Parts: sequence; C-alpha cells; structure tokens
Amino acid sequence: MDDYSEPTTDIACTVNGAQVHTRVPVRQSLVDWLRHGLGLTGSHVGCEHGICGACHVVVDNRVVRGCLMLAVEAEGQQIVTIETAAPSDQVRALQDAFYERAAVQCGFCTPGMILQAADLLTSNPAPTRAEIRETLSGNYCRCTGYQAIVDAVEAAAHALRRWPTGNGADASPDRSRRDDSRNQQE
Amino acid sequence: MKPPRFDYVRPASIDEALGLLAEHGGNASILAGGQSLIPMLNLRMAQPALLIDIKGIPGLGGISRDGDQLVIGAASRHNEVLHSPLVRNAAPLLGLALQHVAHEAIRNRGTLGGSLALADPSAELPACAVCLSADIMAASVRGERTIPAEDFFEDLYATALAPDELIVRVQFPACDDGWRFAFDEVVRRRGDFAIAGVAIAVRPQNDTIADCRIVFFGIESAPKRARGAEAVLAGSSLSASVRERACAALDDDLTPIASGEYSPAYRRHLATVLLARVLDQMPAGHNGRL
Repeated sequence: MDDYSEPTTDIACTVNGAQVHTRVPVRQSLVDWLRHGLGLTGSHVGCEHGICGACHVVVDNRVVRGCLMLAVEAEGQQIVTIETAAPSDQVRALQDAFYERAAVQCGFCTPGMILQAADLLTSNPAPTRAEIRETLSGNYCRCTGYQAIVDAVEAAAHALRRWPTGNGADASPDRSRRDDSRNQQE
Repeated sequence: MKPPRFDYVRPASIDEALGLLAEHGGNASILAGGQSLIPMLNLRMAQPALLIDIKGIPGLGGISRDGDQLVIGAASRHNEVLHSPLVRNAAPLLGLALQHVAHEAIRNRGTLGGSLALADPSAELPACAVCLSADIMAASVRGERTIPAEDFFEDLYATALAPDELIVRVQFPACDDGWRFAFDEVVRRRGDFAIAGVAIAVRPQNDTIADCRIVFFGIESAPKRARGAEAVLAGSSLSASVRERACAALDDDLTPIASGEYSPAYRRHLATVLLARVLDQMPAGHNGRL
C-alpha cells in the first residue's frame, strides 16, 4: 500500500431484492456503503462501534449491526433495509404502531428498533413487556424513554394476531382492514 | 470513527488461511464475526495491515458430538451455540452464559473462536471454557495442537496462541446429568461487557459437593479457577458456614485487576457477592440444567 492507494474489492449481493455488483473500499462498513454507495439512508449511523443499534439491517434473515460488518462481508448475501418495498407484516404493523403510539420523536433510532422488534414478533407473536425490553436492550433511544416504544411493539403484536395468517406483502390484509383492527383496540 | 486502511483477503481453505498467517503473522488479524475487531478498527485501537476473512472457509463451523466430546467449530456464531440442542445437553453452561453475551444482533455475528482468541478479561465465554475444561484446538502450518483452556488465557487480551496460529475448533467434555451449573454477572446495562461475573459447575453427591469448579471473569486479568474456594466446597454440604468460608477463601484466590474503572477492593466485593448468588441457585438445579 502506498500513501494514497485505497484497497477495494468487487462484491455481488442483493439489496432489497435487487442484484448489486459494485466495487467497494474494503474498509467501508456495510451501513456506510448502503447510505453513501446506494443512497439508502434509512439505516442510521450512530456510535459506529456496536452500541446503539441505529444501523440495524437484515443480512440473510438475521438482524445485524450495519456498523460492525464490512461491505465486503456482504458478498453473496441478501441484505434487507428498512426501505424494502416488500416489508414483512411485522415491519408494517410496527410502523403503524410506532406512529399511532407516538413511539417516535427524532426518529433516529426507529428503523433499527423496528427491524429488531420485527425479528422478535416473527419468532414470538405474543412477547411479554420484559421480552420486548430484553430484545430492544441493544437499541438506544435518547428521546422517548422507551415506554412508548414498548407500548408500540405490544400494540403491533396485538394487531398482528388479529390479521389473517401469512407472510409477505401478498398475504397481507389491505389497508382498511388494518385500520379496523386498530380501531377495535382503541 | 472509520477504520484505518488495510488489505483484505478471503482464503478458501484452512491451509490457505494458515499460509497467509505464516507469511503475515502479527501484521494480520483474523476476521471472523468481527463484533470486537471492527469496533477496535473503528476506534483505531487495532491497525492490522491485513484482514484475513475466514468466514467462507468450510470446516470451521458446525457443532457436533464426538463420543464424550462436544465439538464446536471456531466460526460458530453465538446464536448457533445458544440455540443448539447438542450444546444444551452436553454443555448447558454455555447457554446460561450466552444469554448475557451482548445483544441479539451481535450474537447473530460474533463467534466462539473469536471471543476466545480476543481474551477480553470481562468476556463470558473464556470463563466458561476454563470452567468446563475445554480444549482449544489451534492450527498453523506447523500442524495442529491442543491447548487446554486453563493454559490458554495468559493475561489481558493475551493468549497462548502464536501469531501464526488459528483456533479451528473447541472441544468440551460432555457433562453427564450429575453436574449442575450456574452463571451470573454484574453489569451496568443488559448486554454490556460485565464488570464481573462467575461461572460455576458443581457435582453433588448425596448431600455434599463431590466436585466443583469456579471461574470468575472481569475480576482478574485472565479467567482461572478459584481453587481455594473450590477446596472449601469439595466434600462439604452447602451450609451457611461453608458458603461463608468459600467466599472468604476468595481473598487468597483472586488478584484483581489494579487498573481500570473499578478498584480491586470493589472487584473483590463483587466476587463474594457473585459466589454467594450462584451458590444460592444450586439447590434449585434440576438434572444438571438450571
């Protein structure tokens, strides 16, 4: 390496369902590449050392810290970010519930919170408040004090249990139906 | 908060990785899960010239049972180990400890071999490896050797691993139903590195303790057995006075870290609190699985 050379390498992966082939600096983090390389700015960069959870993305169906993974490590993997055009039922229910319950203030932590909570609701459709807090223990919010966030995850779990079963956009109920279930709760 | 420049290579086989390690040794870092290495790069506490990414190498993952040994590939992720039925049966202590290791998103990436190789004094898995008498299998171009966990952790972030060696797998003696385990730690926030913690294995027989192993972490510069306290407990019942004497024996057992955020006196205090707590859990143990 001379003083000015930046080592780079080719990667091929899918991002939100689209094939991506590109060349990246080997030291660039996954979240920096998503934001600066692809313009997907929904994953946020907070602490850059794995503490805050604002950079969460989904890699091969698992939620990971986007700041603790290099873009080159995404080779051959399937990346899903909060921007996906085909969000899971869990993500959609959480987005609604976070809005309804005012679980958002500045919004910086919200994408990371939602992806982590969606992972919980996928494996555990009826989590306790303690389980919700445990799952979100790796996500910092500096505005809301967490109460509303836990409320929102609980509300989303409740709403999802009233939806017809099925995953993915095709199986999701339409908008009016979801509004109905929300009204019943209130 | 961006890493320094480095070169990156993704070997396809263990032999290729070992060749690279032999060539670059101390100037290279192994990239497995990256959950400690990448923060250290971002903070520029580590500045390797080369990252050797071992994730794609076949033969470094997998969890299997080989006779009386539980064999865990070095690149096994924390969550794979945590949710493995084989681990739950043969080394339930690992599951108790892994619930305390960081957070879901980090457990999805971090690896067993990485945690052991880093040897953070406040990490959970090195203490478990010592408590369970694990064997750490290290490979280099010179061949493979077995390093007992008790000899592996030497000091703060220092291990018996040579610069050209790679942990390839870890073998845990499968424990029979006679053993009971407990694990606890003191931590400021769930999932953070612990201030201090303890792993304990006890084999009761009739009303007394036939055998026990106690290992603290976050107290000393490296995890090791608290043999004085173990000697107090061995052959005794778990009466109040025995517990008290076991806690008192920690005074001689432990040489707390003198630097850092917490005083040696506070670390000693936490050790006695933690030992009392895990001993209290013992009667609740059932069939080796608390």
